[in-house]
Amino acid sequence: MRTTTILATVLLIANGASAFAASEADYKAAYAAAEAANTEAGSLRNQWTTTAATLAAAKKAADAGDFDTAVTRAKEAEALAKASVFQATSEKERWKDLEIR
Amino acid sequence: MASSIRVRATSYGETTEVQALIQHPMDSGFVKDAKGEIIPPHFIQQLTFEHAGKPVFIADWGGGVSKDPYVKFAFKGGNKGDDLKISWVDNKGATDSTTAKIQ
Amino acid sequence: MTRRLPVHVATAALALGVLALAPSAHAADKVDPAADKAAFQNYFTTKFPKLKLEDFVNGPYSMNEDLHKQWQEKEEFPPYEFSLEAGKEMFSKPFKNGKSYADCFPNKGIGVRQNYPYFDEKEGKVITLELALNRCREANGEAPLSYVKDDMAALTAYMAFTSRGKPMDIKIPNDPRALEAYRKGKEYFYTRRGQLNVSCATCHVQSPGERIRAEVLAPALGILNAMPIYRSEWSGMGTTSRRFTTCNSQTRAVPLNPQDDEYRNLEYYLSYVSNGLPISGPGARP
Repeated sequence: MRTTTILATVLLIANGASAFAASEADYKAAYAAAEAANTEAGSLRNQWTTTAATLAAAKKAADAGDFDTAVTRAKEAEALAKASVFQATSEKERWKDLEIR
Repeated sequence: MASSIRVRATSYGETTEVQALIQHPMDSGFVKDAKGEIIPPHFIQQLTFEHAGKPVFIADWGGGVSKDPYVKFAFKGGNKGDDLKISWVDNKGATDSTTAKIQ
Repeated sequence: MTRRLPVHVATAALALGVLALAPSAHAADKVDPAADKAAFQNYFTTKFPKLKLEDFVNGPYSMNEDLHKQWQEKEEFPPYEFSLEAGKEMFSKPFKNGKSYADCFPNKGIGVRQNYPYFDEKEGKVITLELALNRCREANGEAPLSYVKDDMAALTAYMAFTSRGKPMDIKIPNDPRALEAYRKGKEYFYTRRGQLNVSCATCHVQSPGERIRAEVLAPALGILNAMPIYRSEWSGMGTTSRRFTTCNSQTRAVPLNPQDDEYRNLEYYLSYVSNGLPISGPGARP
């Protein structure tokens, strides 16, 4: 019982620790994902200025060694990029709703 | 070189109405260019309208006046055919002036 | 309960299926520019019954009484005068090779602005006035001008001025590529973009005369007839290209390059549906 508790606590701390500190690898993966989504938006001719700004903020934080912020920003950028892709795709049909007929 | 001052002065009985458009960058000295450097201040400091040798309108300007300023005012007096002299001097010491006939 | 479940699932699937079909139940996608134009102009004249058709070219100044008075005064001494004079000078000055802009345009470039943009059947693309001017320069050994800066604005200001009062007269030849360009322009106009998720129509069809922050919105009808414009906001002159790109960035959309296909097609559509309205350029705006 005691061994299990110690093991559980160690595991908890280990997991907790990794949840609090993002690594450079985490940042690079998040940034790549965001960039990929933004490139897709670019091929749809529908990138948002805020995506580029958030990507830049992610990179800036990473350059300063603050990988936690960098990962957060990169994930934000990915969300923005994905939203812009969704906008472009859905607007392909939805634009007709606005048309004067 | 063409004058920087366009002016139209019209007499309406006892009053003369004057409109003028002046070409000037009117840089306040607070705006930065694309490189992030301050665009130096360059603006008209004094603008004077004279009729019959007397000033009828003097403007003391600063950086708060926008580019290519437009002025409109009216003064008592002035008859059709009279001369109206307009002159300005800016913070760099440059000047320009022109004379228009009141219509 | 368990017996009914498959039925419910099936009904749900059917309902979803119907919903999925619904969007494409829009009116046939056949392109009919003449019908579009009639509907477009009718929409605005109905919305603003007190305005004459030609009033729409004055944008916000026809939407607001106070702005209208200020504009009338301004027209006595318009702020675009300097640009117009510069444009006239530039237009008349020959290129280094001795030729001039007059050699590139029908009627020596005088009184032709209302015919732009046009569909070039050889090239299969829309040609705008700004594009034609730069092509003229390049064909005669001169460097192209920036589409968003003063020089191009001055040139188009002069050309617009020589067409003042003439009705916009855009032609769509009976060529499927021209119809496609027109349709793409229309699609661009109504498509929402940018993080702010608005389309050109959101402001200029749904909200003309209303305010966006401190500005009064112009109606889309006749919106290009006053181009290029001296904008107080810019403290200077701006081309159609400048307006399109800045509108994009204002909605937090990354602008395309000036004179990209999308913008050329957009200009084609917007100009066509305003056929008949007079050219009023160069113009002034807040």
